Amino acid sequence: MSTRLATGGRLLETGRAVNFTFNGKRLTGYEGDTLASALLANDQMLVGRSFKYHRPRGIVASGGEEPNALVGLGTGARFEPNQRATTTELFDGLTATSQNHWPSLEFDVGAVNSKLGRFLTAGFYYKTFISPRPFWKHIYEPIIRQSAGLGKAPKDRDEDKYEHFYAFVDVVIIGGGVAGLQAARAAGQAGAKVLLMEQTAHWGGRAPVDGGSVNGQPVDKFVDEIVSELETMDNVTLRTRMMGAGVYDHGYVLGYERVNDHQPDAPGPRHRLWRIRAGQIVTATGAIERPLSFAGNDIPGVMLASAVRDYAVNYGVSIGDRTVVVTNNDDAYLTAITLKNMGLDVPVILDARAGGGGALADQARDLGIRVENGKGIAKVLGGKRVSGVAVCAQAGEGAVVEEIECDAVAMSGGWSPVVHLWSHCGGKLIWDDAQAHFRPDVDKAPTGAQGEAFVAVAGTANGHLDLAAVLADADAVGKAAAKATGFNPKRKAAPVAEATQAAPVEAIWLMPQGAGINLRMKSWLDYQNDVKVSDVQLAAREGFESVEHAKRYTTLGMATDQGKLSNINGLAILSDALNQPIPQTGTTTFRPPYTPISLSAIAGQARGEIFQPIRKTPMHSWHQENGAHFEPVGQWRRPYCYLQSGESTKTAVHREITQTRNSLALLDASTLGKIIVKGPDAGKFLDMLYTNMMSTLKPGKCRYGLMCSENGFLMDDGVVARIDDDTFLCHTTTGGAESIHGHMEEWLQTEWWDWKVYTANVTEQYAQIAVVGPNARKVLEKLTQDDISADALAFMSFADITLAGIKARAYRISFSGELSYEIAVSASEGRALWDKLLEAGAEFDVTTYGTEGLHVMRAEKGFIMIGDETDGTVIPQDLNMQWAISKKKDDYLGKRAQERSHMTDPTRWKLVGLETTDGSVLPEGAYATAPGTNANGQRNTQGRVTSTYHSPTLGKGIAMALVLNGPDRMGETLEFPKVDGTVVTAKIVDPIFYDKDGEKQNV
Amino acid sequence: MSDAVSALNGATYNGFVTVTELGLRGMITLRGDLSSAGVKNAAIGVTGVDMPGQRQVHTVKESGLAWMSPDELLVMTPYAEVGDKLAQIDKLLKGKHYLAVNVSDARAMFRIEGAGVREVMAKLCPVDMAPDAFTPGVFRRTRMAQIPAAIWMPSDDAVQIICFRSVADYAFGLLKDAAEPGSEVGLFA
Repeated sequence: MSTRLATGGRLLETGRAVNFTFNGKRLTGYEGDTLASALLANDQMLVGRSFKYHRPRGIVASGGEEPNALVGLGTGARFEPNQRATTTELFDGLTATSQNHWPSLEFDVGAVNSKLGRFLTAGFYYKTFISPRPFWKHIYEPIIRQSAGLGKAPKDRDEDKYEHFYAFVDVVIIGGGVAGLQAARAAGQAGAKVLLMEQTAHWGGRAPVDGGSVNGQPVDKFVDEIVSELETMDNVTLRTRMMGAGVYDHGYVLGYERVNDHQPDAPGPRHRLWRIRAGQIVTATGAIERPLSFAGNDIPGVMLASAVRDYAVNYGVSIGDRTVVVTNNDDAYLTAITLKNMGLDVPVILDARAGGGGALADQARDLGIRVENGKGIAKVLGGKRVSGVAVCAQAGEGAVVEEIECDAVAMSGGWSPVVHLWSHCGGKLIWDDAQAHFRPDVDKAPTGAQGEAFVAVAGTANGHLDLAAVLADADAVGKAAAKATGFNPKRKAAPVAEATQAAPVEAIWLMPQGAGINLRMKSWLDYQNDVKVSDVQLAAREGFESVEHAKRYTTLGMATDQGKLSNINGLAILSDALNQPIPQTGTTTFRPPYTPISLSAIAGQARGEIFQPIRKTPMHSWHQENGAHFEPVGQWRRPYCYLQSGESTKTAVHREITQTRNSLALLDASTLGKIIVKGPDAGKFLDMLYTNMMSTLKPGKCRYGLMCSENGFLMDDGVVARIDDDTFLCHTTTGGAESIHGHMEEWLQTEWWDWKVYTANVTEQYAQIAVVGPNARKVLEKLTQDDISADALAFMSFADITLAGIKARAYRISFSGELSYEIAVSASEGRALWDKLLEAGAEFDVTTYGTEGLHVMRAEKGFIMIGDETDGTVIPQDLNMQWAISKKKDDYLGKRAQERSHMTDPTRWKLVGLETTDGSVLPEGAYATAPGTNANGQRNTQGRVTSTYHSPTLGKGIAMALVLNGPDRMGETLEFPKVDGTVVTAKIVDPIFYDKDGEKQNV
Repeated sequence: MSDAVSALNGATYNGFVTVTELGLRGMITLRGDLSSAGVKNAAIGVTGVDMPGQRQVHTVKESGLAWMSPDELLVMTPYAEVGDKLAQIDKLLKGKHYLAVNVSDARAMFRIEGAGVREVMAKLCPVDMAPDAFTPGVFRRTRMAQIPAAIWMPSDDAVQIICFRSVADYAFGLLKDAAEPGSEVGLFA
């Protein structure tokens, strides 16, 4: 059983007990524990179930590579699934639940899958559920979904705070082990601005556990000293609990800082996502130990040798009283020696190498530990826990020579450098046969725009497994990084560590070498996704020869741990099955993030009230206080209508329109785009932008214009006012303000750069209020001394007036068909004018109307709306707007496009009005059907509804539509099938339903 | 003028820095040939500050000049003086090709003050806010989370921010969130 030892626990504050729960069970750990170490201290070996077979799973590792110990952490608004126990720091009140089990962790029904294991092989789902086809959707998928998935999705809104942070440094170093520390010192001493990040809460990486000496003193002292030194350097920033999540082009690095995971009630953000630009990136990310593939290597109690050592030294936790060590390299001997020195029993070290180990092996023997060379594990004995191992010769087929009782197995299959961050941006790898691992090819680093390397790799991550070599390498890399960013490294010598004499590792991909199918089916490669040696071999036999294909077919390395433990073992097995060397098989692609990061950290501050910017006009708060039912228009919120008590949106719109047409109403039109165009060539410029002639417009006058894209399609419309000889003000649609301004600038900067024109987007400078209705002039006259009579301020002209003491520009333009003024005042005075107009309008029973009233009234008048009648495929000619296209001009944007044959095709659908014969409202976007069917067996069509409303003015449904030969078919009826199967008939009519002669707006 | 109200009417927040909406400020967009004597004289004439270089700003109290683009300056004045200043520019540049337009009411201006202002901005803008990189006098048009913004430091412990008026609420929300006590980063400390 696993338990807490009386001694050890380098990272613990044993004076401070911490309470937590696991599956509701109250447990105690110490400050400094990880959740994993605390669970082990409480003999909680079983922590979860595997994905496919629901096999019992225990903790395998001690860091971010852990595949099994995933838990649901927290409750309610702080619940988060799939959290690694090995990287979760223990805090008081932590609650954790295990995942993927039913009804309980100890007794799981799904484990029956395990007995069916021989049927659930690679590609099982693909093969089995493919037929009969309809069964997939209705039977197989729902059942599989029920049993699939690890953690449960949170149900409540995350209550924590998250943020981003932008940082710019010369050198960013990822990994705070001895290599990262030394590289930081070397670069920092040269004067470079350095950011060093370490994913755990502690500096030094593995070195304090693995031991050794530097400059004649123990390595942990060396770590303390170098950290103290770095802390005094102003140009070096040290951050713990911050993981290098991804490396991207142009020296961009994402740092994932877990600010408050270990103290959830502290103020401040839970996570902070650092978005870093660096001149040079150094990955000092260390290495990960590989498991060995032997039967039963997934039984709880089988653990990486380095993890066993970590738990003992860092947390004072023993995994068992009797630990068998099995290895193919010298490093695992350290575990045996450590355990033995702590008074624990190591019955045997099984060294798969026939020649055995080096100096450490001698040391182990001197301690009295039995060492068996050329031996391995035939299988692990036990179910939910290890009870022993069956020993065999590595060279054989697994004939058991001896069974040894034990309650833990410490395995080491060699070390793989963490090459992920090196690879994210294209760094290449080479296979190092001597060390049996892939390591970065330093000559093929990720390169920047000039072809220069911007990522370097240092220490163990660079394939140096010996402390002396690690420090020498890190020092050189740190100096080189500083040099690459323009600094002069100091000629200080690197710290010198005592070199060790190790026997070389031997590549062992299967134990024993000739294991039969029964053993291979129990030799796990991917613990989380339940992929075994036999599955990869089957995939190879079935032709999945590319490592990327084999990965997807078997799901090897596709779990939340992304195969940190399994990938190399898996592709070695694949290579063996394909009878090709490992480099020829290659690796799968490494992609960010290194380990999963929270979605909330990516969202950063963009949540709640500041999820996205909402643009507000100066009258926004009035709208809010007066029943506005808002709709989004771009990033603006505009009132759709204003709800009075008891009203539905439909009745409110009806009321607003009736009141407007009968008396007086206000509309907040501030969102309309307003662009100043000024210069000697402004008229010429606008003649090119608009289809009609603007240069002939007289100062003081307004003209409606259409703007087309180069391809002739209608993209915006609005009223242009000529302010003076050189200056025009172009109104655009609300959504077009920014894009039309950009469109203008693009033409001015790229094509007509020599034209003397300046533009300015002054959309937000003005609050614009439409004063609309038969009493519009009367209410304005109450507020001004200026002459705004029909003669003085005629239709389609404007005047600068003083209104209620406020300087205003009154445009006499109408989008409703009524007598109408659009009053522009400075935005800061918009609300004041709005209030005064409401006050003065009270005697006329003034109302306010929203966008829906605006839409209905313009439709009654037959005015088109960009985005309704146009959809990017419509030209002005389709809308019978030839009157707005100048015939005198040589050119305008879109002119030539509109002369293309398809654009002049007489069968293009054209704009008409529609009136339903039963008075109902046509559905949006409904199609008019035509006889017959097309090649796809669908009904032929001959028209499409572009706008459709109930007109309160006319008391019936009206619509606009694009119809084949429409204008020539007045009075004909069309059929519009509805989704409910019924058909509405509508008569083709003139699109101007109301006041065709414009008498109302012209009074 | 008594009716004019800025977007947030001087709202304030006290976090690990203070956030203040500065109320109405005069701003004029001046476009023209920035190398021409006419434009330079007009800009300097109405503000009394030196012509700024690329990505630079010069201010004295509420008056100042900021470099917006190769052919655009932001002329800052007290709000009440915008009309006079515009008239002055028009007079000085009469006959020349230029554009001068009042944008005071299209904008909102914020000031944050305190030791942590660099951090607050570094949470929101993709800009190097380190003391050796962003110094008083630098003017930067950038983005603040999801909106355009222009920022500069009137002094070592203050940042002023200009954004569009319609998103003043959002900008204030961002600044408050970034300045929340306990969320200090400690990078520039």
